[in-house]
This record gives sequence, structure tokens and C-alpha cells, in this order.
Amino acid sequence: MTNGEALAAQLPPAPDRRRSHGWLRYAPWATVALFLVPIGAGVLGTALPAFGWLPGLQRRHWTLAPWRALWAQPGIGTAIGLTLTSGLSATILAVALVFGCCAHLAQRPPGRMVRGLMGPILAAPHAAMAIGVAFLLAPSGWIVRLLSPWLTGWHQPPDIATVQDPYGIALTVGLVVKEIPYLLLMSLSALGQVPVQRQLQAAAALGYGRTNAWLKLVLPQIYAQLRLPIYAVLAYALSVVDMALILGPGNPPTLSVLALRWFSSPHVRLYFPAAAAALLQLGIVVASIAVWRAGEVLIGRLARRWIARGARHSVLGALAALARGLVGGLTLLGAASLLALAVWSVAAGWRFPDLLPQRCSAAVWRQQAGTLLWPLSTTLLVAAAASAVALLLVLACLEQEQRSGIQVRSRALWLLYVPLLVPQIAFLFGTQVLFTLLRLDGTLLAVIWSHLLFVLPYVFLSLADPWRALDPRYARTALALGASPGRVFLRIKLPLLLRPVLVAAAIGVAVSVDQYLPTIFAGAGRVVTLTTEAVTLASGGDRRVTGVFAVVQSVLPLAGYGLAVLVPRFTRGTWPARSGS
Amino acid sequence: MSAAGLRLEQVSIVLDERVLIPPLTEQIAPGAVVTLMGPSGSGKSTLLSFLGGTLTGPFRAAGRIWVGAREVTPLAAERRRIGTLFQDDLLFPHLTVGENLAFGLARTVRGRSARGARIAAVLAQAGLEGFAPRDPGTLSGGQRARVALLRLLLAEPQVLLLDEPFNRLDADLRAEFRQFVFSHAAAAALPVLLVTHDVADAEAAGGTVLALRTDASGATVIDRVRGAQGPCVRPAPQAGPMTEGGCR
Repeated sequence: MTNGEALAAQLPPAPDRRRSHGWLRYAPWATVALFLVPIGAGVLGTALPAFGWLPGLQRRHWTLAPWRALWAQPGIGTAIGLTLTSGLSATILAVALVFGCCAHLAQRPPGRMVRGLMGPILAAPHAAMAIGVAFLLAPSGWIVRLLSPWLTGWHQPPDIATVQDPYGIALTVGLVVKEIPYLLLMSLSALGQVPVQRQLQAAAALGYGRTNAWLKLVLPQIYAQLRLPIYAVLAYALSVVDMALILGPGNPPTLSVLALRWFSSPHVRLYFPAAAAALLQLGIVVASIAVWRAGEVLIGRLARRWIARGARHSVLGALAALARGLVGGLTLLGAASLLALAVWSVAAGWRFPDLLPQRCSAAVWRQQAGTLLWPLSTTLLVAAAASAVALLLVLACLEQEQRSGIQVRSRALWLLYVPLLVPQIAFLFGTQVLFTLLRLDGTLLAVIWSHLLFVLPYVFLSLADPWRALDPRYARTALALGASPGRVFLRIKLPLLLRPVLVAAAIGVAVSVDQYLPTIFAGAGRVVTLTTEAVTLASGGDRRVTGVFAVVQSVLPLAGYGLAVLVPRFTRGTWPARSGS
Repeated sequence: MSAAGLRLEQVSIVLDERVLIPPLTEQIAPGAVVTLMGPSGSGKSTLLSFLGGTLTGPFRAAGRIWVGAREVTPLAAERRRIGTLFQDDLLFPHLTVGENLAFGLARTVRGRSARGARIAAVLAQAGLEGFAPRDPGTLSGGQRARVALLRLLLAEPQVLLLDEPFNRLDADLRAEFRQFVFSHAAAAALPVLLVTHDVADAEAAGGTVLALRTDASGATVIDRVRGAQGPCVRPAPQAGPMTEGGCR
């Protein structure tokens, strides 16, 4: 044994690691329990009925009858096929376009317009975006109007299914439009941690073009950080419900929509095949992630050979330029979709093929003001409560992490991603059963709790990096000045990190406003939010009324982000106090 | 401020199996300065973190720390009354100069007007009259450094730890700030432990100089380069250019 080993064996860990911090010690466990227990119980509560076990309905015998009923459903094969093609193609397209765009952006930073448009698209709820895309792609939508009659010769909307088409193309487009900003944001964040320009300069000195160098040098470095967000997009695209209800085909629909229909049926016998469909949906997501992972390994090996070959010239530059163009085009499509919502909400007579309404009026807004009030206030209440609880838990966890000096391992990140990777349809029925047992079924508390499952991971992911990046010597200095840890937290850390804290809260509000399925299940149909109303209206209601609801739904997250940016300007807590600065 | 000395008793720090600080026993009398020299990454700042009560992470540390007759080893950082001045001034950027000082000012000074008067007085003494409402971002490097020290002294620490606080300043300001720091520490009769790799800092500090180095067997040792206890020895090259004039 060396002297060092001998000394190390005698010494205790650094004293702060052993210090207890009162109730803060329990914050990580409380957080994990609050958001993992309902999911675990939910998956179990959904899996058991898939095999005939649902004591609440006096079914206590194991059987494969639900699975036989599921396979006997007409069009089940098509539903599974639709789920796979729309989910996989949307994810592959979004990932490929974002990587191509980033490779091309290495040459030139993104335009201000594109950056400006990304924010609202990212903030807009999925349902609102789907409604907007539907307004755009519909036979009487803006795109056809733009081309008619001078190019198409149409004076009436054509009789073709451009939305809710049997191949799920509109759904795929909607998913790609919505997921591109998210993946781009994640990529830009990961790129910030790599010395991209220096590496590209080094590669250029070796004769590599920038796109080629980006794909060979930069992408392999950032991919590990993008893996979980990509899996989350894949899981979401394969199991989305609200967008599929609005943009996807109706008969047969995607698997998750099929499961929801049966879960919502008054015939309780349908709960069993619904549970089987939900479990199958989980299996599809798990298998798809496994296949994606295998693809990563394979592509990684091929890429090593490609890199080793040392090829300097390729068509990649042109492909990257194309990807950037497509990302720009899809971003414009997303922005136009949101604009279409606003235009429809004030349209007073809009004949085909006119590009704009004949008249604009606030009549529908006035008519709907009373109807809006209740879902709006419920949405705000649920979003505020879920975000506040999430923020408190996350702040407590991060503070405990700093005070104890115990760094959360990257493997623990998987826990955070559980609600984002497990399809909602695969556990929300079971969670509803849990809420029923707790006598919370159909209450606001249940809705807030179920929203918390999805709000909390995003709040944590948003706040953790800025919180950890704050120079720890500020806290040490304050402690050395005699301030208690609580005072340091309130007087130093919180004000210094006011902006990221508010942004995290705004993200929480946006995520909560976005939730459709958790509200439907936990609310048991008794809690109505803007999102549940908008989705209901989108299935055949007046476009102007739908527009009003979707606009309000889209404005709420934007208002949250606006406040998060504006409030710190009126305080002094906006300093970029980062480590080493 | 009370005149209490700082005593380190067999203080040692290990990272994995690497000894950063071998068992060290040292007494620093009130008003005295001990300088610990060593190359970057040798564990000097880690020692100060341990003394200040903020050591976290993968380190293993042992030993006892006394401030006067009070053992502070088991105490939380905020209860040790050990102040640290870092290389960066670390003024809280969301607070004005006055608010920064008020944050540090001991609770023993009560009442808004009394606290305001005290802050105005120390600012005036430091040649920073009227700076209280200023944003720290508008101050020069030297002014910020002085405010950082004033904030620390207002908290009435019993020990002053200096973690290379002069490094960031240019040559003229450095000499002036050294004088400012050591004169204030002496006036308050504070025991001072300075860590640095700059021989000029050690020269200016006077007092005992210790040097961290790795010996031929690869073990970390602490040499007493200059001081009341033990012989004067020449430090190893890793300890910096002290050999040119440190051993007198």
C-alpha cells in the first residue's frame, strides 16, 4: 500500500458530504416518488387489464381474451402500420433535417427570421399547431388558396383528403414541423459545449469542407447528449394522440387513438382490448427505441470506416444546404399555421379561393368570451400549480445536490426521461385507477398531479445546467460572510438565477398547457382545459371558434416566456454569472 | 474583531489515492501571515476550502482546525468566521456596492442608519466615497477588489484566507492592493493564510513561507522555506522561483 492509499484509507469523506440538511435531504426522494410512483402504478394498472385483471370491474381471472379481441379488430394491422410509419418517418426526417441544418449552420449562423419563428413554434401546444397545420393543408386551406385558381384551376376546394389522409402524411408533416425546433434547440445547446469553430478550422487545415468536418468531428461529440431527446421525440411521435386526432386518419386511426377510443367508451368491456392496445403501444415504442439504438451502433461503425477513408469531397454540402432550406421552409409552414389560427379566428366570411377573408371581425371572440373563461381559468390554475410544485421540487433537489456535494449521475437522467419515453396511453389509464383508489379521480388535484409528471422533467432539464453553472464561490463567499445556507439561496442564488428560474417556470406552463391525454384521463371528463376544448372543436366545429381557442392556447405559453424575459429586466438579477467568469 | 490565532492540527487532504496535502500542523498568530506556495493544481485552494468549511466533491480530508480556543472543524462554513478572498472579487452582481457591503456587514451593527453610516465610512476610508449606489459592473478591477475585501472585513471574520487574490490585477494595482489587504489584516489582527504561486506575493506578505512539492519518491511534502520554526530550506523547482530571493 502506498502512502497515499494508506492515508486515504484513514481519512473520512469531505465533511460537507456527511452533513444533513433537514427536510432538503428528502427532496430528491419525494420528487422521484411523486412522479415515478404514478407512472409505475400506471403501467401496472394498464398491463393487468390487458390480461383480464381489473378488480374494480370484478374481473379477477387471467386471460388472453383482450389480446384476441384486439387482433380481431378490423384494421388493427393498418393502425399498427400507420403508427410505425408516421412515428418513425417523422423522427427520422426531423433528426436528419436538424443535423443537416446544423452542419450547414456551421458555415453561417441561422437567420434572425428563422430564429424568431422557432420560438413561437416551440412554445405552441401540439394541438394548436396541429389545428394550424390542418388549416393550412386542408383542401380549402391556405396552400391550395395560394395556388388557386391560377395554377390549379380550382374554383371550389378539391375533393381530396389532404388532412386525415389514409397514409398519415399530414400527421407526419405536423410532427416534423413541431419537433424540428425542439431538436434544433437541443442541438444548439449541445453544440455550445464543443469548440466547433476551432475543430472546423483544424479540419479545414487538413482539407475538409465544413459540412464534411461537422458530420465527422462535431456530430459524434454531441450525439450522446441528443440521444435522450431523440428517443423522447421517437416515443412521442409513435404514441401521440392529440395531433393524431386532428391530422391523422380516422378509420382506422393510429394505435394510441384506437386505445383512447376504447378507454373512453361507455362499454367497459372495451377497457380490456384498450389496455392490450396500450401495452402493445408500449412494446412498439420500446422496440423502436431498441432498433434506433441498434441503428446508432451500426451507423457508428460505418461512420468510423467513412472517417478512416479520409474522403475530403462529397455531396454532403449540397445535402446540408437542402436540409437547411427544408428546415427554413417547414419553419415558415409552422409560423403560417399559427398565423392561420389567428386569421380564422377573426374571419367574417372567407370564400374559396380568396387568400384572405373578405372582412375581419371580433364577433366570434366576443361570442366565445364567456365560453373561454372557464377552460382558460382552469388551464391557468393547473399550469400555475403544476409549474410551481415542479419548480419547488427542482430547486430543492438542485440545492440539496449543491449542499451535499453529491453530483447526480448521468444515468439518473434516464429517470427524468421516463415520463417522456413511456407512451402516455400506456400508463394514464392505470394512473387513473390509482387516482380512483385515492378518491382523487376527476379532481383538479389529480389533473395537476398528472401534469406534474410531464412538467417536472422539462423544468429540471431547463434549470439544472444554469443552476450548476453558477460560480460556486458566490455561495462560498456568502457563507464565509456569515450568511446561512437559506439566506444564500434566497439572497444570492435565486436573484442571480432569476431569469433561468422564470424561463423554467414558463416552460412548465407551456408543457402543462400542452397536455391533452393526462387531462382527459385524470380529469375523467370533468376537467375542461383549452387544449381539451380545442381538440374537441377541431373534429368538426366552426373553424373560427376553433381558431379562437387555438389562438388563446398558443398565446398562453408565449405570454409565459414573455414574462420570463421581461421580469428580470426590472430587477437586477440578470447577470450571466457563470463559472470561471 | 477579536485577536484569535488559527491552528491547523494534522490537516491532510487526499484525492483518490493522491495526497494533495500531507499532514500539516501550523500555528498562525493574530496579525501574522503564513504563505503556502505551490504549483497550480497542487491542492492549495482545496486546503482553503477545507479550512473555510466548503470542501465538497470527491476529496477526503482530516485534521482539526482551531480558531483561538474554539475548534471549528465540525462547524458549518457560516459559523466558522473564516473569511476567504478569492482570485475573482465575486461581488454579487445583482446587488449594488452598498448592498454587497450590507450583505457582509455583521448583524451586530443594527439599524438602517447605523449600517448605512458604517458602510459609508469604510468606503470613504478606502477612497471609494459615494460608491454605495454604484453597480459593481461599473467599477475598475482595483476598486472591485477593494470592495471585496471591505465586504469580507465587515463580516468581522477571525481568520483571513487569501486564495491568490492578487493574480488578476495588473502590476501597479497588485502592489497597491497587497498593501491594502495586509495593512487591513494587520490592523484587525487577523491571522492570514495566503496561497499563491507568485513569489512577489510571498515577499510582500513576509512571515512564514511553506512550499508544496513532490519529492523524488513521488510523495507530496511541505517544505518550510522561511519562517520561525525549522530550518530554512530551498524549495523544489515546482514551488516556483522562490529560490532567487525567498530564502534569506
